[in-house]
Amino acid sequence: MITTNTDFTLAVEDLTVSFDGFKAVDSLNLYVDKNELHVVIGPNGAGKTTVLDLICGKTKSTSGSIKFLNKELTKLSEHEIVREGVGRKFQTPSIYENLSVLENLEVSYPYGRGVLGSLMFKRTEKVLHKIHEIAKEIMLYDQLEVEAGLLSHGQKQWLEIGMLLIQDPQLLMLDEPVAGMSVKEREQTAELLNKISKGRSVLVIEHDMEFVERIADKVTVLHQGKILAAGYMKDVQKDPNVIEVYLGH
Amino acid sequence: MTFVYQKLMGGKNGLTGFIILAALILVVFPMFLDSFRLNLLGKYLTYAFAAVSLVLLWGYSGTLSLGQGIFFGLGGYAMAMFLKLEASSPENTAIQSTPGIPDFMDWNQITSLPWFWEPFNSFTFTLIAILVVPAVFAYLIGAAMFKRRVGGVYFAIITQVIAVILTVLIVGQQGFTGGINGITDLRTLNGWDITSDSAKNIFYYINCFLLLGVIIVSRYILTSKFGSLLLAMRDKEDRVRFSGYDVANFKIFIFCLAAVISAIGGAMFTLQVGFMSPSFVGIVPSIEMVIFAAVGGRMSLIGAVYGTLLINFGKTAFSESFPEVWLFLMGGLFIAVVMFFPHGLAGLWQDYGHHITNKFSFIINGFNKLKAPLIRKKVGEVK
Repeated sequence: MITTNTDFTLAVEDLTVSFDGFKAVDSLNLYVDKNELHVVIGPNGAGKTTVLDLICGKTKSTSGSIKFLNKELTKLSEHEIVREGVGRKFQTPSIYENLSVLENLEVSYPYGRGVLGSLMFKRTEKVLHKIHEIAKEIMLYDQLEVEAGLLSHGQKQWLEIGMLLIQDPQLLMLDEPVAGMSVKEREQTAELLNKISKGRSVLVIEHDMEFVERIADKVTVLHQGKILAAGYMKDVQKDPNVIEVYLGH
Repeated sequence: MTFVYQKLMGGKNGLTGFIILAALILVVFPMFLDSFRLNLLGKYLTYAFAAVSLVLLWGYSGTLSLGQGIFFGLGGYAMAMFLKLEASSPENTAIQSTPGIPDFMDWNQITSLPWFWEPFNSFTFTLIAILVVPAVFAYLIGAAMFKRRVGGVYFAIITQVIAVILTVLIVGQQGFTGGINGITDLRTLNGWDITSDSAKNIFYYINCFLLLGVIIVSRYILTSKFGSLLLAMRDKEDRVRFSGYDVANFKIFIFCLAAVISAIGGAMFTLQVGFMSPSFVGIVPSIEMVIFAAVGGRMSLIGAVYGTLLINFGKTAFSESFPEVWLFLMGGLFIAVVMFFPHGLAGLWQDYGHHITNKFSFIINGFNKLKAPLIRKKVGEVK
């Protein structure tokens, strides 16, 4: 495999994965810069979620390379990839319903990650300070003691984002963060995303074009596992191919 | 001090529950039960170790083991091997064709002590083996399965299969293990007669203290970040994995710990009952242990102890009069608990306990009312 070092935070090159001969992602190239908020759009079954699965190690690639800060990720296991600084939010809110908001954030706090470390872990001032800081950012400061299962759908989505933020990842990947949210929640989420993309790279999968326009620096359009178009939102929207397969519908 | 209070006792409610349990088994039962019944209670309390281990394993981490009998048995057999060797001194076994080896070996034409029996001449080795052998065995099973992300029903079935294999092995290798009869006729521990009433009493108290100790250690673990992680894994395993944790390691650890806890119970069983046999290793005892935990409440360490006692006293009472019906009754009870009271006795106490405490305060209020002048009459009516 030819490997080249780049200045990008994330450099995906020639990435392919096939399930029993079906190529869900086919020779994909994707670059995300530091401080860039990159959105991947595309119709259902285009392979968007699979791309995130590949980057975070949930699915193993058939060939190609994924480099994060010039470190190859394809050979690492899931938790090692996280420890490198890649955070991933799932499509449906993935939070611990039986734990309080505070405990959800505490469990995600990036210390005491071993068996012994977690047994010895203490809720110090420093930990609480960080938890409060994040809770304010995700607008859940008043709900710290609430059992997470009782939060509204939108709040659950924010909580999961907060659980990633507390780990301070260099690359944050969000799978449809505003799905099922009210208009007001969408606005707040857009604000939140613009705020948290400072100082890190963010990769978002999204369907809602209006929302994409509000947040995206750059857009990649996927279709049948391949890139159909990539670039700035306003250019991509004019691309006849994109209009044909996706935006036109 | 607050550390001890919060971490080891689990706050006010936890402390009350712990003190009540300790008072019951350390003071109340020894006061009212004769030495036969107390020994019986001691035997049941050894099963409670396995039930407590299942609270950690099944209740909190969501990994159902249908093979805790394996570890109960390993602990019990390790202790039994030591006691048997002591009971098989050359003087005691002079009539055998090979004196100095356990009687069942002699009956099976074995002429020298097998190598893996040798170290059990040492009491220190035996004590270490009771803890280490189950832990290592659990580690091997756990690493093989959790690293491959085998869990849920598959894990339950495989642990059950291992329990069967171990039983078949013990029964089949009669010359090395005592076969279906197990290891019997155990008499002394370092020269001290374990069949005497005073010895049984002492074992009962040791057993109680060990059980309470296990509960305290488990409490500590459950209130630490490790405990939150267990719940988190049960709920959303992938989220934990993608938060940077190696999920398998956590499961292996709790499985090993549960194994060690069960093994301590097994060793105490051998000491108090005076024998160990494969009937405490296989499927039936393993499933019974799950029922103890389920009836007591699989999220409650203390509930598991009460569940164990309730089922076993029920078993003793019923199986004396209706031996045939008992198994059906227990099966029915298990189904009923799982369907209607998923949190078992502990859940019932949480939901309805305050009614009982209210009743008590009502009685106390009643007394006060009798004493109080008529003006206070209304207070009682208002509730």
